[in-house]
Amino acid sequence: MLQDVMRDPFVRVFLAVVLTAFSGIPGLFLRKGPTGQRLATLCALAASALALPAILAALLAGEHAAYLVRWTLPFGPCELLLDPLALFFLIPIFLVFPLGSLYANGYWPNASHPTTQPPVTFFYGLLAAAMALVVIARNGALFLMAWEVMALSGYFLLICEHRHREVRAAGTLYLIASHIGVAALFALFSLLASRVGSFVLPGAGALHLDPSAAFPFYLLALIGFGSKAGLMPLHIWLPSAHANAPSHVSALLSGVMLKMGIYGLLRVTTFFPERPLWLGAVLLSAGIVSAILGISLAAAQKDLKRLLAYSSIENLGIVAAALGSAFIGEATGNPRLAFLALTGGLFHILNHSLFKPLLFFSAGSVMHATGTRDLDLMGGLARKMPKSALLSAVGVVAICGLPPGNGFVSEFFIYLGWLSEATAPFPILALAAPLLALVGGIAVISFVKLFGAAFLGAPRSEGAEHGHESPASMLVPMGLLALLCLLGGVLPQGFLALTRPVLATLAPSAPGYRLPVSPLWFTAAALALLLLGSVIALFLKGRTAGHASHGPTWGCGYIAPTTRMEYTGTAFSGIFTTLWGGIVRTTVTGAKVTGFPPAPARVSYTPREIILERVVGPLFKLCDQGFSLLRRMQHGEVQVYILYIFVTLVLLLIWVR
Amino acid sequence: MADMLLHFLLVLVMPPLLLGVIGKTKAAFAGRVGAPYLQPYYDLARLFRKGVVISDTTTWVFKAGPVITLAATMIAALLIPFGKHAAPISFDGDMVLFAYLFALGRFFTTSAALDTGSSFEGMGSAREVTFSCLAEPTLFFALITLTRLSGSLSLTPMLNYVTLPLWADTGAALLLMLAGIFVVLLAENSRIPFDDPNTHLELTMIHEVMVLDHSGPYFGAILYGASVKLFLLGALFVNLAIPFSSGNTYLDWLLFVACMVALAVSIGVVESVMARLRLIRVPQLLVAAMILTAFSLVLVVR
Repeated sequence: MLQDVMRDPFVRVFLAVVLTAFSGIPGLFLRKGPTGQRLATLCALAASALALPAILAALLAGEHAAYLVRWTLPFGPCELLLDPLALFFLIPIFLVFPLGSLYANGYWPNASHPTTQPPVTFFYGLLAAAMALVVIARNGALFLMAWEVMALSGYFLLICEHRHREVRAAGTLYLIASHIGVAALFALFSLLASRVGSFVLPGAGALHLDPSAAFPFYLLALIGFGSKAGLMPLHIWLPSAHANAPSHVSALLSGVMLKMGIYGLLRVTTFFPERPLWLGAVLLSAGIVSAILGISLAAAQKDLKRLLAYSSIENLGIVAAALGSAFIGEATGNPRLAFLALTGGLFHILNHSLFKPLLFFSAGSVMHATGTRDLDLMGGLARKMPKSALLSAVGVVAICGLPPGNGFVSEFFIYLGWLSEATAPFPILALAAPLLALVGGIAVISFVKLFGAAFLGAPRSEGAEHGHESPASMLVPMGLLALLCLLGGVLPQGFLALTRPVLATLAPSAPGYRLPVSPLWFTAAALALLLLGSVIALFLKGRTAGHASHGPTWGCGYIAPTTRMEYTGTAFSGIFTTLWGGIVRTTVTGAKVTGFPPAPARVSYTPREIILERVVGPLFKLCDQGFSLLRRMQHGEVQVYILYIFVTLVLLLIWVR
Repeated sequence: MADMLLHFLLVLVMPPLLLGVIGKTKAAFAGRVGAPYLQPYYDLARLFRKGVVISDTTTWVFKAGPVITLAATMIAALLIPFGKHAAPISFDGDMVLFAYLFALGRFFTTSAALDTGSSFEGMGSAREVTFSCLAEPTLFFALITLTRLSGSLSLTPMLNYVTLPLWADTGAALLLMLAGIFVVLLAENSRIPFDDPNTHLELTMIHEVMVLDHSGPYFGAILYGASVKLFLLGALFVNLAIPFSSGNTYLDWLLFVACMVALAVSIGVVESVMARLRLIRVPQLLVAAMILTAFSLVLVVR
């Protein structure tokens, strides 16, 4: 009997969600020692072991199942839904959450963070559970509640180091941006409920509206979900939020929570029988802009985690551009484009939830070892932490979209979709391919900078000099993610199979299409690379065995080079930032060097985001002035607040009559 | 089968010859006798016999740089056709793999340079990644134009489609594209006017300064890999520039080899008559090349 129940994927997912949500609760009472955190990790791993196999099996079988839960709330029946789209987005949650939870044992242990560890562990579980609930909710009210729990637990995780001013500022910005998005979602779901007559979300293609009536739905979804996904220009909250959270939290926020925005957008589009062309065009252009600007800004950063955060904007931009192209393909009756772009886009969603957490974990290890986030103060860590360096190298190659990483395969299909548009009568979509190539080129700048400045060369500061390798609890999650990154690049068949059932949900015309390229070519290329690389390496090793000598780096004749002369990360991206002065600029402040012998002088430099400062900043100032009028109503006198409520109620009663 | 063997043979043996021809051309312009044509082979043989000095700051990345770059370049060599023959491997989208294998090599070359901790090498790798990211879109614009003309997504049919009638038809577009590709060829292979392979001042170098610390067999692998890269991008250029086929495969192979030598001579001529650009001007020329290839696309679409 119990076995039969446990065979149902829904029961297992639901149990896993409950287990996840409660994983941090024992820790709130067991504040002494590592027991609480270990229990939480155990719960997380158990939840994942319970849910992931069921999710994968159900997804591959293309199962659809809806479940009714009894509740006494007045929002209509509470339906939960497991369809391929939901199952697909559950994978990153139950993959990254347990790994992050395990990683936290080494990174954020109770011993060094006795006051913040229990709440962080608690909200970590709550965030993961809320995200899972968002994905399976088929009731607008439940969706919004889960969404709000997700946003708020994200906020509490983010401000756990609230003693730092910077962290508080990032938290406030996140909260405001997140609630602007939520406001749009409230409007969206209320509008939907007024159309459908219930909060239960319509099934696939069940909402028949003429284009002008459908317009507000798409617009609100683009604002609400686009801001969560960090698409430009709704991205302003993202870099500071992801940079200031603890690294295992950033991994979950960046690797999984951003995708909730994409999920929401996709879910709303499935309500309608067909997607309008303009939606595809908007998504495509927003995605391309986000990708180019995001990666350009990433290249200029000197804060390790800000760089990763901006690269998340780039990756989500690539995903949005691919999905937009798929919608265009569907609207114009081009199943080939829809198929290739969707395959690439969905694959890229999975990929980003593998290599981004890997890199955030690696950033956490680096910070753990050096105590700084500033790339210009690192260096030489590959000698101190060789395992972390190797795993980071895998992540960095994968995120640049280079073979044999998984990023290459997903970008390959997106490229193929766009390049095959070259033969269309008006090949405007093909123009996206050189832009993606540009993004790839800038990604190489950003990540050679990240990898080189952090791990290679000589240490540039005291902290970097005393770096140390991370414990196994941090290395194991990184190793697993790195392995999956390589697996996706070398044997993409499994990943491709996971995208198949989702394709059928999103683009009904596409699944009949077959891949124009056998995935075996990726395997062959990777194996050839490995084989040829080993042959060359062995040959060179054989030639140099016995007559290799060691010495200092050639200083071009200079006798006393110091590590302070090394090229820093900021210097590395210096030429690039001078080329992109309109978007990003590094301002240097400092006194002139005067006198003989020269007196000591200080120089400091900060990367600045021009669009944020010139456009978004002034806009917010304007809002601020507007709201300062409203602030007069907010004076803290309770009796007047009660009066407000009374007046509002009376007005509502009059309006309703 | 014979074609495939010849493909392998050419790619393994011929690349250093191009460097020899370029050197000889430059010597002729300067009124010198110059080093023998086979000098690059002697240099490689000498380097592979030498010992190495490895910097104390370096890690495995320093050694992985030359290894992965050479491996990636050799795999790219399997994807591009030589003359009017088929490449050993061809599938839809192989041109994306072709471009990204070079990017993989670049990633590890520049990382290996940063691994030494030398400020000069950091400078070189910063320049390399920046200029290459501007050269990348040019290649893709050219690929779109070729895809549109040939209706194919693979390098072999795409490049073999370029024939005399096509030149007669869309000569202007192909000419613009060739100009763009020639600029990319010079930039990616660090030739004048982008970089001077023979300069003696580390501050002005791009590619040479990245490999200052590599010595012996590792340096040999880098030099050889660089010559193969020149050969491959040169083959891309020659495939577009030479639209005829004699019908006889062996005659075609001869024609291809002759064209590659002629290309090396023309690179030598460019290097002899031009000065190196100031570094600030390099991005401008690269963007100009990008716009030229974009124009070729516009001409083809109309």
